[in-house]
Amino acid sequence: MGVTILIDKCVGCRVCVKTCPFGALEMRNNKAVCLDSCTLCGICVSTCKFEAIVVPERQTAPEGSLDDHRGVWVFVQADGDSVHHVSLELVGEGRKLADELGVELSCMVMGNGHVDGIAGELSHYDINRIYTVQHPVLESYRTQAFVEAAAHLIREYKPEIVLIGATSTGRDFAGGLATVLQTGLTADCTNLGVETETRSLLQTRPAFGGNIMATIKSSRHRPQMATVRPKVFAMPLRSEKRDMEVVKVAKDLSEESQRTRVLEWIPVREGVNIAEANVIVSGGRGMGKPDNFAMLQELADLLGGAVGASRAAVDAEWVDYSRQVGQTGRTVRPSVYIACGISGAVQHLAGMKTSDTIIAINRDPDAPIFSVATYGFVGDVMEIVPRMIAELKSRQGKQ
Amino acid sequence: MNIVVCIKQVPDTMDVRIDPKTNTLVRDGVPSIINPFDEFALEEGLRLRERFGGKITAITMGPPQATEVLRTALAMGVDAVALLSDRAFAGADTLATSYALSQGVKKVGDVDLVITGKQAIDGDTAQVGPGIAARLGFTQLTYVSKVEGAENGTITVERLLDGGRERVEARLPAVLTVVKGINVPRQPSILKMKKARNAEIPVWTAADIGADPAKTGQNGSPTWVDRIFSPDQKSGGEVYRGEPDEMAGRLSELLLEMMAK
Ligand SMILES: Cc1cc2nc3c(=O)[nH]c(=O)nc-3n(C[C@H](O)[C@H](O)[C@H](O)COP(=O)(O)OP(=O)(O)OC[C@H]3O[C@@H](n4cnc5c(N)ncnc54)[C@H](O)[C@@H]3O)c2cc1C
Ligand SMILES: Nc1ncnc2c1ncn2[C@@H]1O[C@H](COP(=O)(O)O)[C@@H](O)[C@H]1O
Repeated sequence: MGVTILIDKCVGCRVCVKTCPFGALEMRNNKAVCLDSCTLCGICVSTCKFEAIVVPERQTAPEGSLDDHRGVWVFVQADGDSVHHVSLELVGEGRKLADELGVELSCMVMGNGHVDGIAGELSHYDINRIYTVQHPVLESYRTQAFVEAAAHLIREYKPEIVLIGATSTGRDFAGGLATVLQTGLTADCTNLGVETETRSLLQTRPAFGGNIMATIKSSRHRPQMATVRPKVFAMPLRSEKRDMEVVKVAKDLSEESQRTRVLEWIPVREGVNIAEANVIVSGGRGMGKPDNFAMLQELADLLGGAVGASRAAVDAEWVDYSRQVGQTGRTVRPSVYIACGISGAVQHLAGMKTSDTIIAINRDPDAPIFSVATYGFVGDVMEIVPRMIAELKSRQGKQ
Repeated sequence: MNIVVCIKQVPDTMDVRIDPKTNTLVRDGVPSIINPFDEFALEEGLRLRERFGGKITAITMGPPQATEVLRTALAMGVDAVALLSDRAFAGADTLATSYALSQGVKKVGDVDLVITGKQAIDGDTAQVGPGIAARLGFTQLTYVSKVEGAENGTITVERLLDGGRERVEARLPAVLTVVKGINVPRQPSILKMKKARNAEIPVWTAADIGADPAKTGQNGSPTWVDRIFSPDQKSGGEVYRGEPDEMAGRLSELLLEMMAK
């Protein structure tokens, strides 16, 4: 299998050959041919101006299975009573999608002692209904139990869309759940929309390390599932308590059948969680030595932020891997990202280029980081950062 | 311990981009590499074999040229490899991929542990590992940063999560997805690479792994790419040069302005 080239329409322009990320197209006798390495990603189809490439027809959905699914759901991730902000951000976005589709917005809450507290918090937002499963086995997140409970809710109440925060927990949950439900899941969406006539969820996400955006559909299955990174969508307004229906659902779960037991939770020192930080001060090889990261920490503390790093700094063991930003580290999206002595390799940019404001300090005016920086400063970090710290301290002192 | 490591050949993503003028993808001879996270998976497999004994099989699902990554695995020291390759696998999304790989694991038989990378850098989905676990009914252990021990049918690992580390004890069989930092992958010697270059690579077709055609490739894939486009390019903004004092002053002003918002 592979894409089909319509020989009559192919003019031999070679554009598709150059664009296939898998090298699966070749020219023979001035016409494109598709090789076995084709993954049917469809990228060539949208690049061919002559409509000479077609992807084989997809199977249609099983009869009647789509129309009985209605409503938009959000998975609620919570730590004790406190609801993770990404879940609330998705409530805000889910509301829009639900309104466009003319359906209700619901949340699924699984837990034990904290379920009522979580429900109380949720009632301050514009949510029609929540489905809760309360059980000692659900005391804290565990893949197997949460997937089991969620699959039960979804099979019973049949939502058409399920949104999940792309935290480490959310991604762990979503991957298992989509497989159990045999449905489509799109990870790490940065934009969502709906096509009202087909009720398709349009899921846009970066691919190939952020160099390309792709809009993904899974319209022939229900529910359509997507994960979304924290801070992609704005927090909705918290209002006075509203009317919200609570549907309590019973589900038999047993501790004996659980395959895991959590022995210990070791929190990272406060301020380190770069995925959550509003301001990130990152250092690279240009920081010269590990001790110089102390000054980045000081700056981060002044700005209420966290310290990040490039892979070069992590590989040199100046900084812990949990702070690495980039393709093989974390993807972050703070309001302000300050890159100090980082050249801006594509793999680094892949992890931070969607930050709202990017500030770069680098002594090389040609460093690629400047091509994504909102504000670039050509100079030595060792000279600029200490002065900046002093300046900020004195100004903050005056306020 | 009977271990299967899943590895994937991926285009080196740094070279794939869209030409903003023509809105087409530019792939100037993008080289194929082994997914970086999968090298950690292979290395962890090898270390576990050193600690607990057993056998490692590396499998990949892909086109014929994906044998390259299996040769790397052989050179690193795995016992056996298999290429899952069939035209019926083309167009697989993560659901169909995890199906084919889980059938491959079944064919290996009596597997205690499957190790995958945290995510593949071409899609960054991190879904295939959980998918394999769900299909096989194995324990799902994602983001593993350390294997503390394994005995009497259980394994104890540390997981690197947002905000902290979780130590967890789990029943085998299990699927581990590993993060960078769990180990430092070995470099195979030139001699071993040479030997691997001539090794016979077994190919398993859809029929060989008993795969249901409705669940493989495009047929078994609920998601598809509807459209691709270039991300909003942040073109470089203002660039300042000058005396360190001036620049530090300007920077502080900017930051205070932004903080005030
Ligand atoms: C598969 C793969 C995955 C990767 N994943 C990641 C990833 O997740 N994250 C990541 O960051 N990298 C990643 N990399 C590595 C990436 O390609 C770069 O090598 C790395 O980001 C470089 O780090 P750096 O900018 O700190 O160092 P360098 O590229 O060495 O840059 C140092 C910069 O500091 C500047 N400088 C030096 N001294 C000073 C000074 N005193 N004042 C001001 N500026 C100064 C220099 O001009 C230079 O621009 C990956 C690479 C590969 C192949
Ligand atoms: N085609 C494949 N063949 C073998 N392993 C794969 C394949 N696709 C994904 N994997 C494994 O699953 C992990 C996660 O991939 P992904 O879910 O695509 O991000 C990778 O690190 C690999 O270990």
